[in-house]
Amino acid sequence: MSQPVAKDVVLETSNLVKHFPITRGIVLQTQVGAVRAVDGVDLKLRRGETLGVVGESGCGKSTLAKLLVGLEKPTSGSIDVRGQDMTRLRGAELRRARRNIQMVLQDPYTSLNPRMTVGDIIGEPFDIHTEVVPRGERKQRVRELLDLVGLNPEHINRYPHQFSGGQRQRIGIARALALKPEIIVCDEPVSALDVSIQAQVINLLERLQDELGLSYIFIAHDLSVVRHIADRVAVMYLGKIVEIGVEDEIYERPTHPYTQALLSAVPVPDPTLRGQRDQIVLEGDVPSPANPPSGCRFRTRCWKAQDICAEQEPALTEREQSAHPSACHFAEERNVVHAVE
Amino acid sequence: MTDIKAEIDVLPGLDSSARLLDVENLHVEFRTQAGVARAINGVDIHLDPGETLAILGESGCGKSVTAQAIMGILDSPPGFVTKGAIRYRGVDLLKLPEEQRRKVRANHIAMIFQDALSALNPVFSIGFQLGELFRVHRGTSRQDARRRSIELLDLVKIPAARQRINDYPHQFSGGMRQRVMIAMALALDPKVLIADEPTTALDVTVQAQIMNLLAELRRERNMGLILITHDMGVVADVADRISVMYAGKVVEEAPVLDIYARPAHPYTKALLESIPRLDMKGQQLNVIKGLPPNLLRIPAGCPFHPRCAYARDVCRADPPPQQYDVAPARTARCHFWTEVVGDEPAGS
Amino acid sequence: MSNIESVTQAEVPTAIGVPVSPESGHEKPRSLTGDAWEDLRRNWIFWTAAVLVVLVVVMSAFPSLFTSADPGSCALARQHKGPSGAALFGYDFQGCDVYARTVYGARNSVLISLIATTIAGLIGVIVGMAAGYFGGWVDALLARGIDIVLGIPTLLAAIVLARRLSSDPNESGFWAVALTLGVITWTTGARIMRSSVISAKNQDYVAAARMLGAGPGRLMIRHILPNAAAPFVVVLTILLGVNIATEATLTFLGVGLKGDAISWGIAISESAPYVTETARPLVWPSVFLALTVLAFIMLGDAIRDAFDPRLR
Repeated sequence: MSQPVAKDVVLETSNLVKHFPITRGIVLQTQVGAVRAVDGVDLKLRRGETLGVVGESGCGKSTLAKLLVGLEKPTSGSIDVRGQDMTRLRGAELRRARRNIQMVLQDPYTSLNPRMTVGDIIGEPFDIHTEVVPRGERKQRVRELLDLVGLNPEHINRYPHQFSGGQRQRIGIARALALKPEIIVCDEPVSALDVSIQAQVINLLERLQDELGLSYIFIAHDLSVVRHIADRVAVMYLGKIVEIGVEDEIYERPTHPYTQALLSAVPVPDPTLRGQRDQIVLEGDVPSPANPPSGCRFRTRCWKAQDICAEQEPALTEREQSAHPSACHFAEERNVVHAVE
Repeated sequence: MTDIKAEIDVLPGLDSSARLLDVENLHVEFRTQAGVARAINGVDIHLDPGETLAILGESGCGKSVTAQAIMGILDSPPGFVTKGAIRYRGVDLLKLPEEQRRKVRANHIAMIFQDALSALNPVFSIGFQLGELFRVHRGTSRQDARRRSIELLDLVKIPAARQRINDYPHQFSGGMRQRVMIAMALALDPKVLIADEPTTALDVTVQAQIMNLLAELRRERNMGLILITHDMGVVADVADRISVMYAGKVVEEAPVLDIYARPAHPYTKALLESIPRLDMKGQQLNVIKGLPPNLLRIPAGCPFHPRCAYARDVCRADPPPQQYDVAPARTARCHFWTEVVGDEPAGS
Repeated sequence: MSNIESVTQAEVPTAIGVPVSPESGHEKPRSLTGDAWEDLRRNWIFWTAAVLVVLVVVMSAFPSLFTSADPGSCALARQHKGPSGAALFGYDFQGCDVYARTVYGARNSVLISLIATTIAGLIGVIVGMAAGYFGGWVDALLARGIDIVLGIPTLLAAIVLARRLSSDPNESGFWAVALTLGVITWTTGARIMRSSVISAKNQDYVAAARMLGAGPGRLMIRHILPNAAAPFVVVLTILLGVNIATEATLTFLGVGLKGDAISWGIAISESAPYVTETARPLVWPSVFLALTVLAFIMLGDAIRDAFDPRLR
């Protein structure tokens, strides 16, 4: 097909910002600061693509997910879904637009209402968006959805606590699919599951993507899982994307020091690689997002930091030593995943 | 003032030529309203000084219960050790009176947990909680206890230990709290350290720091380290030997290099093939069908047979015999281990 | 070492609580309520309390089932006479049948408590729900309001209020007492409701519903209320018992039911001065009162335990 690339973009954020005010007082509130959870994020998601978002706790990846699905209102910036800015829509238009972007939550034990049957849980989207499926056909649709995610349609009247963690996650996925969205935001969808169950859910997500042409934003702290499922990967640190590229670029040719440190810390299940990989041990803790360092936010823990890093914030852009966008003045490739020598 | 020597000698029958830790045929069950959950059904593990043994398994496999039984901190009731022996330098801990077990816990075997925040008392400063150990168990003076507490915090690499000693647990980050807990566990110089999912709640860069610290301390103090985890990556990085647990049994035990290269139990093999690897692209994930067993109704025969690709009739009927000699220092509980070892790993 | 030892059962629940799988098991589908009922069915405390509560309720609805005597027929000639076939518990100072008056007394006690608890429940649900759900300044305002009402000594407020509400000495004071109790005792329920609403509204499934576009009404009624109601219902059950006791206290102090009304409080109050002569007219209504209060409280406790998944 010779369609222009821009047509294929299903979701685009530009300069997305979310600051949580820190306030004093209850009735007469005064703002004393702000937690900069997400601080200027630009993303593009294409049709049928999986964009992985990785980073450590506090990097803003979960807040980003909430912004995308409308659970939080952005402080500024825009979220365009098929050319419509979600942050400007109101009322019925917003509800209709929301159908197109759904979410799978992390914890399959808390994300399903324990007092509703599986049928009610998966059918709830139809109760809220009554125009999607006529009342009489809803039960049938729910059965089809159960079947689609690999659960027995006969279990429609069971309650969540009668299912295992992996099965509950399938219920959560079925609920996200009910309104036939194009985009699904997955927030750590397998991290609460047992090792032997994770592969089941990962494979299910991949199968559904192929069958339904879905686009995923896959948020996770497990870099191995993200490599497996993602086409492109964005690395976040303190509310900003520090490096973004296709999976191969990020894992095989990382250029940002933070990405390199992150990757080098991930253990590989192969004892023959012990001591053979380039290990970068970061000093100190992540600074508070309420008071991030000036210039480059990573400079306080970075072994490459120079004066310029404190003075000038590095832009997320392609550089001489980095073929893909990297927000580091001294971006440079380094092999940290495989054995060196 | 009692000195350290006197305290340790209190344990009668301690034989320094006997194995550091030897758990034999351990059985633990939980008597609940819903029935008897057989959490551990004959576990054998052993540990030598300076060695890292990883106990690997999913939730409910009995790895944490094993640790709690060794520590003597099983919640009882409902948990009961019904059979077996836990020998520390020749002394069967299960036969000791409670008072002596407490001494063993403090001086010989220590444990660290996944959740450092709830393991530390929020209303006392770190310095007080560390110092208390010396004062109570060693009768150390207040000043001496403080000095040794600062030394310990230095040992676990907490920056500015002298200033931070008066801080409270919530003032530390997750990684720093885990360091404090390691300091507490090491205070009385134990010979065995059990780490139960010590890094599961931490970020990966912090995990690397903590695992390095544990490895360093183990080497310096020639401690035996039991690492309980579900993370096959962490295990590959630090363990000398691995015991894989499933449904309350050790299904495979082997040196770390062997088990990753040639697993002898279908469960180990399937686990290895089901996890995505950081250094592999476009890898096919092998799915383990079904669920871990319900401990109230463990399948007859081999407990893994409903999920096993190698299962045949004999697996449904007979539990695999105690052990096969797969190789020196290797065991596997599988009727068809020769086939499993012989098969090339799938998906690579 | 105490700190290290104190954290023990980290994994015990998961060790035994491997989820029941519909594939492997053959259990009938059961809801949370179903599980709770399974629990209650085997609980003798629940059954004892339930039988007592049913007895008291039937007694207040149909007192004539329990006695054929007229509680209003009194004769001074029978003053303080001992028990007999006609009057099981003997006669009081006025020569009235103690058993009959105790049986008939149940109605006022139970009705007042029911009305008062309903009022308290309604206020509690509205205030607690609003404070918990909306948070912010609404919560700050309502929480302070709760604190203020809580800060007033219950009995003192009840005395003052009940006095003001029934200034007419010819009225029985029934509604005055019911209203007074309702208006004073809603705070515990409201606080419980508020905290369980706060914890329920932060659950992931509420976020999931919000994400689907569910409005506040749906969130509150479908997702939050059903998951927050259990502790509240328990508090109300206990409150039923407490209100019966408080009504008796108010009546005993002379600001509750008055005149010809029959109630346990009045019986206790009237026979107290003569306790040295004969204890029966004081003891029997007190026993009924204590048992009823206890029954409601035990029922509430049993239900709370059954609905608490952490105890399972």
